[in-house]
Amino acid sequence: MKSILKTENITKFFYIPVEFKAINNITFDVNEGEFVSIIGKSGCGKSTLLYILSTMDTEYIGKIYLDGKLLTGLKQDKLAKLRNNSIGFVFQFHYLLPEFSCLKNIMIPALKLGRYSRDEIEYQAYEKLKLLELEEQALKPASKLSGGQQQRIAIARALINEPKIIMCDEPTGNLDSKNTAIILDIFKQISKDLNQTIITVTHDKDFAKASDRVIEMQDGEIINYNLIM
Amino acid sequence: MKIIPKIKHNVDLEIAFTHILAKKKQTVIVSFAAAIGIAAFIFLNSLVLGFNRDSDEALFKSTPHIRIYVEDKISEPLLNDMANNNIAVISNPKIVNENKKLLNPNKILSEIKQIEDVTTATTWLNINVFYNNGSAQVNGSSSGVNINEANDMFDIQSSMVEGNLQNLISTPNGIILGVGIAENLSIKINDNISVVSPTGIVKVMKVVGLFKTSNSVVDKSKSYMNLSIAQQLMAEGPDYITDIYVNVKDPDKAASYLPMIIERTRYNAEDWKAANKSAEASKKTRGIMMGSISIIILIVAAFTIYNIVNMTVKQKLHDIAILKAQGFAGKSVVKIFISEAMIIGILATIMGLFIGAALVKALSKVYIGGDRGYFPIEFEPKIMIMGILIGLLVTFIAGFIPARSAAKVDPISIFRN
Repeated sequence: MKSILKTENITKFFYIPVEFKAINNITFDVNEGEFVSIIGKSGCGKSTLLYILSTMDTEYIGKIYLDGKLLTGLKQDKLAKLRNNSIGFVFQFHYLLPEFSCLKNIMIPALKLGRYSRDEIEYQAYEKLKLLELEEQALKPASKLSGGQQQRIAIARALINEPKIIMCDEPTGNLDSKNTAIILDIFKQISKDLNQTIITVTHDKDFAKASDRVIEMQDGEIINYNLIM
Repeated sequence: MKIIPKIKHNVDLEIAFTHILAKKKQTVIVSFAAAIGIAAFIFLNSLVLGFNRDSDEALFKSTPHIRIYVEDKISEPLLNDMANNNIAVISNPKIVNENKKLLNPNKILSEIKQIEDVTTATTWLNINVFYNNGSAQVNGSSSGVNINEANDMFDIQSSMVEGNLQNLISTPNGIILGVGIAENLSIKINDNISVVSPTGIVKVMKVVGLFKTSNSVVDKSKSYMNLSIAQQLMAEGPDYITDIYVNVKDPDKAASYLPMIIERTRYNAEDWKAANKSAEASKKTRGIMMGSISIIILIVAAFTIYNIVNMTVKQKLHDIAILKAQGFAGKSVVKIFISEAMIIGILATIMGLFIGAALVKALSKVYIGGDRGYFPIEFEPKIMIMGILIGLLVTFIAGFIPARSAAKVDPISIFRN
């Protein structure tokens, strides 16, 4: 199996309100096509770790490699391009742009990337909507959809550029069990069929249980690299 | 990594337009507020420019751009090197009672006329006179002129109310009077009056025309006569000239010709700005007043644009965070919000141009009487262009400040809440 994301001795301090070691010397690997959940109590540092992995937080000690390439020390603009190209995001809240249609919301990252023509991007966005069974909602404004639908649109948006990794922070935190099940199915499908890697931070035990591997964190350290639940 | 040919979709601008379209009413109101600022800038500056131009024109009806004359001399000590000998020299400095006569005026005149950029030049002789009709007497000043050249310079014809300038050429002892003198002496055209000079010479002259200016003091004292008659009244010969008046193409550059003229003629020369310092000072005062008012209005207009862009940034923190997460770099975020400001700014500038032009048009229709007639304001392309440039610059700055703060939004701090 090929390693897609690799960290070496990640350490992170917070200085406000007092100096505090949020992440302590974390080293781990994630393989291509793997669906990994990170669990742990509130404040254990799992979200902090995710934001470091996402390249949005650059104030840490240690090294991160994506697909063998060192990310640590790259400039913000470079990292933005890299996120656009290689990382998809799903958050607890959908963060769709309210003025745009669902379709446009999905298209925006691809338009920014500029890999395909507008028509091709639109076609691909429809394909993603079909995958998530939302093609009837395509032209509705994002704000008119239900919470579960909005989260699925957000997932479609995360998938549009076919990123190597999809990072999720409590993706089902606001959803009922039915919608959680739908999203879980989609994630499994993506990792198996499209060989995309999923790293998700979650509180949801059932969700974690369904993933390929569960990493457990406590007090800024990984205490179990492959928790059997 | 493979190099993928990049297709540029202008998604930053697309987002900016969508934001603007989502709040049409607000956009229109803010653009209108900013448009009033730009309109005020255009209107106030056109006002000053038009008024200044008009008062210059009024000034140039009686003042040449450059005047060449003999300067008064203060008497010098009889002996200069007093340090080396003990003779006490009593000196009483005062104006030397020297002749004001320019030597060889026709040669000077033809030399001046050869200078490039000189449009008109003419010899001039001002004398103080008494106008008499029977026992009634009015004092005033008369100009001995070459009437055609004088007309080229001061457009005397336009102020003529009776008679014709050409009559002065056909009538050697003719005189053109201000209407005030004619009224006071109850004289009509073609009547004769006697004119007395300071040297005591009396001439009977025929009134061949009457003129009326905007200044009643001038109308009650001023007259024009042929140069030769003026010379006779001064008991001088036909080469007696005290002044040469010169007009150049660009009156604002008049002062720059002075050194050359002084060098060529060896006489003193003075430009109209130096001769009318108070008019220049009041022109400057007007410019500073209107300039500062219009700048303040523009700043207020800029604040309305700053305000709406700043509000949009504050409302859209979530959107900015997700865009940055998805790979929009800081400069893309700046571009989005500056574009929003510029859309408003361009709308405002277009509206401002129309409102400003409408105000100029409206004021140019206002009749204020006197010799001004309608208010001296017209469309000033220079000021319109300045309005556009300043409007866009101010908008850019008003957009840049909130846009930069948008680019600094830390997405993690948004996602964590």
